[in-house]
Amino acid sequence: MEYLIGIQGQDFVLVAADNVAASSIIQMKHDYDKMFKLSEKILLLCVGEAGDTVQFAEYIQKNVQLYKMRNGYELSPAAAANFTRKNLADYLRSRTPYHVNLLLAGYDDSDGPGLYYMDYLSSLAKAPFAAHGYGAFLTLSILDRYYRPDLTRDEAVDLLKKCIEELNRRFILNLPSFTVRLIDKEGIHDLEKLTLGAK
Amino acid sequence: MALEDICRFKDRGLRTSEKNSAIPLDFFTPPSANSASFCLPNHSTTVRRPFPLSHGTTTLGFIFQGGVIAAADTRASAGGGADCMLWERILTREIRLYQLRHRRRLSIRGTAKLLSFMLHPFKGTEVCVALTLCGWDKEAGDCLIYVCSDGARLQGDIFSVGSGSPYAYGVLDGGLKWSLSKDEAISLAREAVFRATHRDAYSGNNVDLFHITAQGWSQRKREDLKEEYYRDMEKRSKDRREKIKRE
Repeated sequence: MEYLIGIQGQDFVLVAADNVAASSIIQMKHDYDKMFKLSEKILLLCVGEAGDTVQFAEYIQKNVQLYKMRNGYELSPAAAANFTRKNLADYLRSRTPYHVNLLLAGYDDSDGPGLYYMDYLSSLAKAPFAAHGYGAFLTLSILDRYYRPDLTRDEAVDLLKKCIEELNRRFILNLPSFTVRLIDKEGIHDLEKLTLGAK
Repeated sequence: MALEDICRFKDRGLRTSEKNSAIPLDFFTPPSANSASFCLPNHSTTVRRPFPLSHGTTTLGFIFQGGVIAAADTRASAGGGADCMLWERILTREIRLYQLRHRRRLSIRGTAKLLSFMLHPFKGTEVCVALTLCGWDKEAGDCLIYVCSDGARLQGDIFSVGSGSPYAYGVLDGGLKWSLSKDEAISLAREAVFRATHRDAYSGNNVDLFHITAQGWSQRKREDLKEEYYRDMEKRSKDRREKIKRE
């Protein structure tokens, strides 16, 4: 039902998430933000079971901030991703596993942009582009076909729009609007919300 | 049987699942040292229920220019109602304690977060609580937050919860505007609850309505929806008669 997508460029990462918060057949909110800011240049996109998403994402968010307070410098995106994965793994075989699917996008001043794909079985993969949700079945092939590592920002947004148009055409559920954000060496930028599906 | 002998099902002590009584659990998941790790966490700890729980009610809340309106029916169906009453009391106690300890009121967002964290250990159990916190505080102004025992915590402008909520959304989404007057908002809320209780078997009886502003809350007199239904029928037949007369 929910959809996350991330596209990494040469010096930026573009991420988008749908805005629907649903409870069985009802859309409870149309403007729900599924992105959590872990630090100035790291975003965590989180979907999954109702309470688990916010609980887990806020837990990671506060711990990343605590690291900064204790040590005086921020965790890198790779370290934050591995920390997140470790927490997922630790809880996986407990009585209360977290059923969440995540994308972590960040910009490291020394390593450049990075996009990390994690799922509820605590797998972790660094990928140039990734998507979560049923929508991923429809859009990963589009990303395979048109992605190039040297995409400009506008080209990446166009690629994102292609994916969302495909969702609107073929996906059975209505996802009217998407929050879009871009991370580069300047930090996190809010781009215009994509409302290709709304009439 | 031959296959049973080959697989040596007879040799091991069999665990059978409750649902498919004759089939041994080894059939579904491969036997391993800690086969508990493949089971769902709450699989074995659920106590069998004497009767099925229903979650019947219609509640709604929305924000408009004149404050927050909260409305609900008064039919108490088995199950979730008891949980809600208990957790309401627990929450009231906790926010009163906060006020005494810190000498200031807890904000609505703080209350919602507190309740959500208190309910988290019960996630996956049969506890069923769904609240809409409606109110006003200094930090956020008019505020409406939906909290439920699944762990969801959503802030928004309009929520309806319960078995009758889809029907209520139908009426609310069409009629709600920011610029409604207080009386229009109250009559919209009453209409929404009325229509939901008409269609939903688990909602009904009376409607309670509250109006919350920065100055405080006020409760409208409880109204019997039976009367509302007859008034509505009366009005329809009057309109029909007048239409026939005109033609």
